Amino acid sequence: MIDTFPPFASPRSAPPPAEEDLQLLLLIRHFELTLLRLFEAGQLSGTTHTCLGQEYIPVALKALLESDDFVFSNHRGHGHFLARHTDPHGLLAEIMGREGALCSGVGGSQHIYHRRFLSTGVQGESLPVAVGTALTLKGTGALTCVYIGDGTWGEGSVYEALNMARLWRVPLLVVVEHNGIAQSTPTTAQMAGTVAGRAAAFGIPHHRTVSTEIAEIRAELAPLVAEVRRASVPLVVEFATHRIGPHSKGDDTRTPEEIALAADHDWYTRYAGLFPEAFGRLDREMRELVERAAAEVSARPPSVWERP
Amino acid sequence: MTRVSEHLNRALHDLLAADPGVHVLGEDITDPYGGAFKVTRGLSGRFGDRVRSTPLSEGAIVGVGAGLALAGRKAIVEIMFADFATLAFDQLVNFAAASTSMYGRPVPIPLVVRCPSGGNRGYGPTHSQSPQKHFLGVPGLHVFEMSPFHDAGRLLETMLGLGRPCLLFEDKVLYTRRMYEDGVVDDLFRYEVTGGVARVFLEGAAEPDCTLIVHGGMVHRALAAVRDLLLEEDVVCELLVPSQLYPLPDLPGLERAGHVCVVEDGSEGGGWGAEVARVLHPRLWSTLRRPITLVASAPSVIPAAPHLEREVLVQPGHIRHAIMEALS
Ligand SMILES: Cc1ncc(C[n+]2csc(CCOP(=O)(O)OP(=O)(O)O)c2C)c(N)n1
Ligand SMILES: [Mg+2]
Repeated sequence: MIDTFPPFASPRSAPPPAEEDLQLLLLIRHFELTLLRLFEAGQLSGTTHTCLGQEYIPVALKALLESDDFVFSNHRGHGHFLARHTDPHGLLAEIMGREGALCSGVGGSQHIYHRRFLSTGVQGESLPVAVGTALTLKGTGALTCVYIGDGTWGEGSVYEALNMARLWRVPLLVVVEHNGIAQSTPTTAQMAGTVAGRAAAFGIPHHRTVSTEIAEIRAELAPLVAEVRRASVPLVVEFATHRIGPHSKGDDTRTPEEIALAADHDWYTRYAGLFPEAFGRLDREMRELVERAAAEVSARPPSVWERP
Repeated sequence: MTRVSEHLNRALHDLLAADPGVHVLGEDITDPYGGAFKVTRGLSGRFGDRVRSTPLSEGAIVGVGAGLALAGRKAIVEIMFADFATLAFDQLVNFAAASTSMYGRPVPIPLVVRCPSGGNRGYGPTHSQSPQKHFLGVPGLHVFEMSPFHDAGRLLETMLGLGRPCLLFEDKVLYTRRMYEDGVVDDLFRYEVTGGVARVFLEGAAEPDCTLIVHGGMVHRALAAVRDLLLEEDVVCELLVPSQLYPLPDLPGLERAGHVCVVEDGSEGGGWGAEVARVLHPRLWSTLRRPITLVASAPSVIPAAPHLEREVLVQPGHIRHAIMEALS
């Protein structure tokens, strides 16, 4: 993956993120690292997609979303979920198929429906559904937020949905996590034109952000998101981001240089260097919290499901 | 020893080397990734842009494959997970299959859509299905499945030779198993392949008490059941594994079968087994002693958690139980 984003979009002198934001960032990071470790130890089956490096996106959006909003997520959805519902035990139980699972262990990592949060493992499928939910929110001040990756712009359903979203003026916030890659394929090898150009084709406002600083992102987006609610119109927000881990597990075929380039953007190493004390304490707390959760959930009995 | 995925990979290499008109398309199929299940490994390095990684566009890439075929090439399209073949349903049914005859004259469409299918891997509801049944009964569309008995090279040649769109299902657990060789399954069972149908039999046995008809992905679970039935219940079974699931080819030797049982991994209802029974009942009416037994997975989504998934998908115990019940 060759990309042209500057290595540090945000000034290194930015103030530290708020404690609760840093805590959530670290919770998600350790949740994902724990999953990879459990896989390696043979304690998890199936597959998983971690959001390593991209955690700051849902954390930044958390403060911009209201409880009546719908959130649609995708295969890389653990961070999206934890930023919406701080329930690592429920999510882990779902992924491990244990008692207390969010969806009885049926959905697993990629298929979660909890309150107004829903994820599916089929790319592009969620966008039309998101438009349907947003139709019901018109004029209420609530919105539907849907996360998609850059690669998912290959699916035709994305365009059919954007067309209707604009035609019918629905409060839809499309969050594009543009990490420059889809599974193994660089975006340059699968997208002609740009996300901005595609949004423009439908007359949908588009905003691209390169910042990885939570406060900065919120300040940029707050007025735009308010307008989605107020005027009931769709908006595409594109994050220039970096996937620092594998697509799922052990399947990273990028060169070491490409991986290092992505890792250069990691908030984790940046904050560890900038605010060693506060960071070190929270990092330890969150790591221990997730370790305890993993031990506790692994010891639970298998989930029970009443088959319809 | 050759794993099924390697065997398929070799067959694709040989086919592309032998025929410069063959193209391969699919998501993440080029090197170094070589496809989600590594079946296309090494192809892009060797054959250049005849092998293309595509955007996430299942419907359109099957359409592009049909276009290549229409223009005189041969196309093989990989759908990363068979579950997503539903996204290409229109291209397959209303274009590729229909166009072979809807223009009032035969129009050849040599197109193979490869679909890694099946569960037992904990991948969850949208990455574990065996959706063969949704593609049955479409005029002009042939449905095939890889098995550990069938030579993949010959299979690809047969499908492309039909000049009609074909789906090739490839069970994801089967990928990791070995191809059987030299007519030997294990210490007890032997096999032979005639007319595209593999027959697995107990050496020296006369008439089987039961003949199981299964598709490639079900072979190992059926073999486990057949072995247990022999050793623990003294019931002699034979296995028939056609590589072509639809239209159903001639299945040999059924007139002497004591009983017939069809086993499929797809969910119960409107399935392949019902189609097999539809074809066989009139043919075997005078020799059948009881109705054909159908075994399928539960009419259910496929859970991600292994303990729940196991209960939904057909396991050797289900097959054994169904056969004992029918024979009792
Ligand atoms: C319809 C469909 N096709 C293919 C896949 C397999 N798949 C899962 S994620 C993925 C890549 C997605 O890339 P992108 O949208 O950029 O998201 P990212 O993984 O980078 O977060 C692919 C091909 C799928 N889940 N659904
Ligand atoms: Mg991406």
